[in-house]
Amino acid sequence: MQNLLEVRNLRKDFHTKKGLLQAVNDITFDVRRGETLGIVGESGCGKSTTGRAVLRLVEPTSGEIRFDGQDILAYSARKMREARKDMQIIFQDPFASLNPRLSISQIIAEPFDVYRMYGPGERAQRVLELMRTVGLSNKLVNAFPHELDGGRRQRVGVARALALNPKFIVCDEPVSALDVSIQAQILNLIQDLQQKLDLTYMFISHDLSVVKHISNRVAVMYLGKIVELTTSRKIFTNPLHPYTQALLSAIPLPKVGAEKRRRIILEGDVPSPINPPTGCIFCGRCPFVMVKCRETPPPIVEAEPDHFVSCYLL
Amino acid sequence: MRTETDDIIQSSDEHPGELPESLAPDEHPTVLPPEFAVNKRRGQWAEVWRRLRKNRTAMFGLAVVLLIVFTAIFADVIAPYSYRTQNLDRIAEAPGRDHLLGTDDLGRDILSRIIFGARVSLQVGFIAVSISIVLGGTLGAIAGYYGGRIDNVIMRIMDVLLAIPSILLAIAIVSAFGGGIVNVMIAVGISYIPVYARIVKASFISIKEQEFIEAARAVGARDGRIIVRHILPNSLAPIIVQGTLGVATAILSAAGLSFIGLGIQPPTPEWGAMLSSGRHLIRSAWHVATFPGLAIMLTIFALNLLGDGLRDALDPRLKQ
Amino acid sequence: MAERLLEIENLRVEYHTDDGVVTAVDNLKLHLNKGQTLGLVGETGAGKTTTALSIMRLVPAPPGRIVSGTVRFRDEDLLKKRIDDIKKIRGNKISMIFQDPMTSLNPVLTIGFQIEEAVMLHQGLDRKAARRRAAEMLRLVGIPAEREGDYPHEFSGGMRQRVGIAMALSCNPELLIADEPTTALDVTIQAQVLELMKRLREQFSTSMLLITHDLGVVAEVCDHVAIMYAGTIVEYADVTTLFTNPRHPYTRGLFGSIPSLDEEVTRLKPITGLMPDPTALPSGCRFHPRCPMAGEICSSRIPQVTELDNDHSVHCMIYEGLVPGYEE
Repeated sequence: MQNLLEVRNLRKDFHTKKGLLQAVNDITFDVRRGETLGIVGESGCGKSTTGRAVLRLVEPTSGEIRFDGQDILAYSARKMREARKDMQIIFQDPFASLNPRLSISQIIAEPFDVYRMYGPGERAQRVLELMRTVGLSNKLVNAFPHELDGGRRQRVGVARALALNPKFIVCDEPVSALDVSIQAQILNLIQDLQQKLDLTYMFISHDLSVVKHISNRVAVMYLGKIVELTTSRKIFTNPLHPYTQALLSAIPLPKVGAEKRRRIILEGDVPSPINPPTGCIFCGRCPFVMVKCRETPPPIVEAEPDHFVSCYLL
Repeated sequence: MRTETDDIIQSSDEHPGELPESLAPDEHPTVLPPEFAVNKRRGQWAEVWRRLRKNRTAMFGLAVVLLIVFTAIFADVIAPYSYRTQNLDRIAEAPGRDHLLGTDDLGRDILSRIIFGARVSLQVGFIAVSISIVLGGTLGAIAGYYGGRIDNVIMRIMDVLLAIPSILLAIAIVSAFGGGIVNVMIAVGISYIPVYARIVKASFISIKEQEFIEAARAVGARDGRIIVRHILPNSLAPIIVQGTLGVATAILSAAGLSFIGLGIQPPTPEWGAMLSSGRHLIRSAWHVATFPGLAIMLTIFALNLLGDGLRDALDPRLKQ
Repeated sequence: MAERLLEIENLRVEYHTDDGVVTAVDNLKLHLNKGQTLGLVGETGAGKTTTALSIMRLVPAPPGRIVSGTVRFRDEDLLKKRIDDIKKIRGNKISMIFQDPMTSLNPVLTIGFQIEEAVMLHQGLDRKAARRRAAEMLRLVGIPAEREGDYPHEFSGGMRQRVGIAMALSCNPELLIADEPTTALDVTIQAQVLELMKRLREQFSTSMLLITHDLGVVAEVCDHVAIMYAGTIVEYADVTTLFTNPRHPYTRGLFGSIPSLDEEVTRLKPITGLMPDPTALPSGCRFHPRCPMAGEICSSRIPQVTELDNDHSVHCMIYEGLVPGYEE
């Protein structure tokens, strides 16, 4: 089977005081075995909720999630616990995602405690192996998170995610909190681990350059929907959705004297996911908006092979 | 599984350049470093202790508290007289050579009674606070962790308890079930449950939202483990601070109960009761009421200094 | 020759902390000409914000202390002025835009009122004229005048930053210090704010010191760039020279670390190692433990400035001829 993860019509609603918040609004995608699927979008677009929903860290409102051919939404709590060995997550904030009261070895060994794996000696060996794998000196084994810088903390987070030998890892903005030079180290580590351990990634970020760099395919999300999904090369060379085009042109390139790009400056703010616009979710800010855009949402069409877009312009 | 990880380690050596030099793993040790076995949480608590030690007033408070604890433990050895021996020839005698702090209206040595009284007061203080922390903490933890309806029910009950002034509540409990040291501890303990329930709930709610809790859930940890291993150790700081201050309040409440005759019954030496029994002699023999009062004051003062110091030491935001 | 507006020399700022003395800025030399925009680029802990705060004399003391140096603004050394005189300059001749404008806005006062207060205080306008000025400023940054009665929390992040800009520009400052003004914003909103800043800078001919970690933003907005590492400037040049011909190994490392949007790079070339411990900075060149070009001398000698062609300067032993350089 080619697809490791199949997501169909996934929805996640939150009931808030202001009304129904449709964080993830009917999205469908696959993650192929061994690939990195990038998910990119601005704050509030539902990318993090999507990442947590496919791991059932938040319970989806409706939809279907098949992991390795199995419908994991039908799993009991106990079965889901077993399934977690195969699906892990790396978090954004290396300061908040490590328990400040536990030492590095305790943090990395947590999964072994939970599943009662290994005896004490073997467990310690395994922790040191994991630390080597992610490039942490084993002198740090008894250090505490507050003694480490952001980059090394993120390595601890990676080691914890690898502890159970997962097949699939959701990387939720793993480098957004890091400085450029450290960010590059962690991106390289994530890439190397994929090759060595045959991992499949879902890589979530607001930074299109990072997503494009690390992903095979990219899904662009806006207000809870996927507006465009294609290979990372095509998303840059041939973006079809007006939002993708605007997003690309909004990124300041670290270059001077290059040919002047046509800049699309979007008006206004991202609308609230509570009471999203009827019709196309992007109609309020789209420079090419038409009457029908405001009435019915456009379907997702395959504009060219492996290039899915939700827009009437096609 | 073994072989697979061994592969990783070997293959990671193929790209020595990719890891920053300072991070490059050391030689894989055949023998584990000795410190691996000792997995103490020295880091955080050592830091707290270091900061507390710099705070002079807090250290003074700690010294006084330790002195009182020491006195209470070794009361039998330290006290010059028995706390119950009456000497009707020397009633309400002023402080002098035989009786350093004088004698009370039954001719008992006040210093000895204060020393033995430390036992009672500290017992009442610590046990009452333990009762409040255990019960209040559990209720607060449940409310904070699960939220929703359980939270609502628990916290409304707490609100009702909180609406009754704690001393009134304690009076009601003691007058219903009778005085005596055990009932006083229970009464004082129950009356402060809502305080701890609120504190624990608040810190549970804020810690529960942190990413490392989600991380624990992602590796499959169950609720019990998440609460005990991840949330509780991180919510200890406000409980410790409130507990220290709470011991002072509890001692004061117990003294108050005894003062109005509902608390610990004679001849057990209790500071509040001693104060009360000396009150009608205040004009003729000032020392009978004054010294127990000073003992109460000193204890409360020291506990408060310590509690404030702990609050500062435990708050990482104050770290420069 | 262009007129100097700001000139910093030998600035040294320390923070005395529980863990020891942190030298946040050391031997810093920097200048900004009138009408120019200078980008101050560096990673966390490089000392960018401390530099900005030193100009405004806002370094929190204790624990901070400006140990030595001069900050000449026009012809006056700001570090020698009395604090009362500095207060007349702050928000008036020099104003600041923060990463999170919420920290600089009072949450219980309307934004219109806050701008009015600022212009009344510094420009001596009466309430009526101040109100006109506030409305005008808000219109300039694209906020409808009827929103001047709103409170800061009623604005979205991008709008709040516009308010921050309106407020900073309301007294027509000669120097604007912007500390990571778009870092907290989404990229489409960042594009709006950068566009606005460029337009207003031309309209008001304000000089600007832009602090950022994002080389993309620098390329977009700045004329000159200073690259900062561990408290000192390692390279300074005009933006074209710096982007086409970076000289310092750290600058080169930064470019190698950025994923490119328009080129196919399969593997990044990161700078190795960690940011140095601020309480125990490396001897000699601060960058030498992470530098791929470092020679023996780099660990013992502090690099001096080498002036390359057209206002391009670099602090590196390679250009002093003490260490073999890049093969080009």
